[in-house]
Amino acid sequence: MIEEADARVDAPILQVEAISLAFGGLNALRNVSLDVVPGCITALVGPNGAGKTSLFNAISGFYRPQSGRVFFEGRDITRLSAPPRAKIGLARTFQNIALFRGLTVLDNIKLGRHAHLRTSLVEALFYYGRPQREEIELRAEIEQRIIDFLEIDHIRHAPVGALPYGLQKRVELARALAMKPRLLMLDEPVAGMNREETEDMARFILDVRDEWGVTILIVEHDMRLVMDISDHVIVLNFGEVIARGVPAEVQKNEEVAKAYLGSGEIGSQVRQSVTEMAAS
Amino acid sequence: MRIGSAKQTYAADEAIFKTDVQRLWFGLLALALILFPFVSSDYWQLLACLIAVNVIAATGVMILTGFTGLVSLGHAAFMGVGAYTAAYLSNHLALPFWLSIPAGGFAAAAVGAVFGIPSLRVKGLYLALTTIAASFILQSIFFNWTAVTGGARGLTIEPASMFGHLLVTPGAIYWIAMPIAALSVWWARNLLRTRVGRAFIAIRDRDVSAELLGIDLLRYKLMSFALASFYAGMAGAVWVYLFRVITPESFRLIESIFFVAAIIVGGLGSVRGAIFGAVFMTLVPELLKIGASDLAPYWPDAVKLLSPVRTIVFGALIVGFLMFEPLGLNEIWLRIRQRFALWPFRT
Repeated sequence: MIEEADARVDAPILQVEAISLAFGGLNALRNVSLDVVPGCITALVGPNGAGKTSLFNAISGFYRPQSGRVFFEGRDITRLSAPPRAKIGLARTFQNIALFRGLTVLDNIKLGRHAHLRTSLVEALFYYGRPQREEIELRAEIEQRIIDFLEIDHIRHAPVGALPYGLQKRVELARALAMKPRLLMLDEPVAGMNREETEDMARFILDVRDEWGVTILIVEHDMRLVMDISDHVIVLNFGEVIARGVPAEVQKNEEVAKAYLGSGEIGSQVRQSVTEMAAS
Repeated sequence: MRIGSAKQTYAADEAIFKTDVQRLWFGLLALALILFPFVSSDYWQLLACLIAVNVIAATGVMILTGFTGLVSLGHAAFMGVGAYTAAYLSNHLALPFWLSIPAGGFAAAAVGAVFGIPSLRVKGLYLALTTIAASFILQSIFFNWTAVTGGARGLTIEPASMFGHLLVTPGAIYWIAMPIAALSVWWARNLLRTRVGRAFIAIRDRDVSAELLGIDLLRYKLMSFALASFYAGMAGAVWVYLFRVITPESFRLIESIFFVAAIIVGGLGSVRGAIFGAVFMTLVPELLKIGASDLAPYWPDAVKLLSPVRTIVFGALIVGFLMFEPLGLNEIWLRIRQRFALWPFRT
């Protein structure tokens, strides 16, 4: 595995520098800057429409920001299209699962490694020599490292479309892990999950950081999960960063509470009771 | 029977045939295909050659439409490119068939890749329309480039020859057509076991996330077009050696639709489906014809009166498939196989 503890003092693995993104008159992101520290779990939170997914899309190359820059491991990737980003170790999952429904779990996971495999079309037709070796090695690695790790060995040959939601989310994580990620971006990994599934997923995310040494950037609405597992929290509201810091700090932040619960008389009462609940 | 196949290696689990029983059945099928020309009449050998040609072309369409999700209605025209190329090379450069057939494939692949360029921008029905345009453009070239294609009158070619023997009868062409068909199917099957085939399916199922996994959409879509057209071109070239006469009439839009119908009837998204579809679409009209002529002793006018009915029955069969078996013949096959999975220990 990759070293982790001493990596935390290193330069940020991902640097977003003053990104702005607008759709027509709507400013999705305004001058957003953030650093992701290697070997940590950084959570991106904020109310609906705050711009979290837009930021994810800008980082993964779907949207091109009107201004600002994105650095990955010191390299400016602002103008890079999506496919080459996969190769340098930028992996993500989607809020509403984006698996390939017609393929089995195994094939979905294998697709994660696509950018790192070398078989050409002609070699593929004959499946002899390198393509075969490459495929068998990949299979063995996926079985031993990913399928075992995520406890999905019983469904490896099942078509993805037939699986329950929680398992599909897990397969999507497996596919992202097959990409040999340096930075893993998870968009609402536990949305719609019950308590038990959420706890499983939290355990997997922590293990990915600790055992695989992968840096994680996560968007999540489940505040309990965010506060439990993340090392840093960044709060977005209306396309702007309104707070950042360790979970405990952010929790106490007035701005944040206002963004989530509203201001004014009723808002402050709710805020107070929430803080009391959190304290107890 | 598919029990007792505990696998020891990942290679065994990635193999095309996973059990000895499967291998045995496949061996029997291969044997039957080898013995077939020795026990059949000219008529059936001709049908077998036609089936082989259609299997090659349908497998190509399956790769493009069934796996990559790009609808093509220009496939017969790509087949024509292969046919004319092979005929030209054979007539003017005296190229032997084993060179002119692949050459036909490569020519069609180049043309197919060019007509695949719009696929980066347009999908679904819109792409189908652009491939129809391809079909018409190529048709008009076939008609008007008289120096090469012989125009509307078409052209004829010398029979293929091997070791001084002229391959004239369908029984002889069978030994060209069937091996190429087998090769085509084997290639397609291999493709699906590697990153390239998986990338095709990924583009079909969800192109946005395919891109995010590092799949270059333009590159892979063009690759799929080129490969499918290569298949079509080879099919066209074999077809030329079978009939030894070509006119532009042979590669009309309706033939392209025939292939799309074949892969739908066979079962989209499986190589086996392409084979089933090609066999079904070639054989059923003939079987209906034979059925009608068998009635002749009892009903003298049967052939004359039933021939329009035949087309209707054929059409009805296709509609029936779409309605009652949308996953095609392959699904029926899988059901039968499932039924016998534990035979004879449990039925």
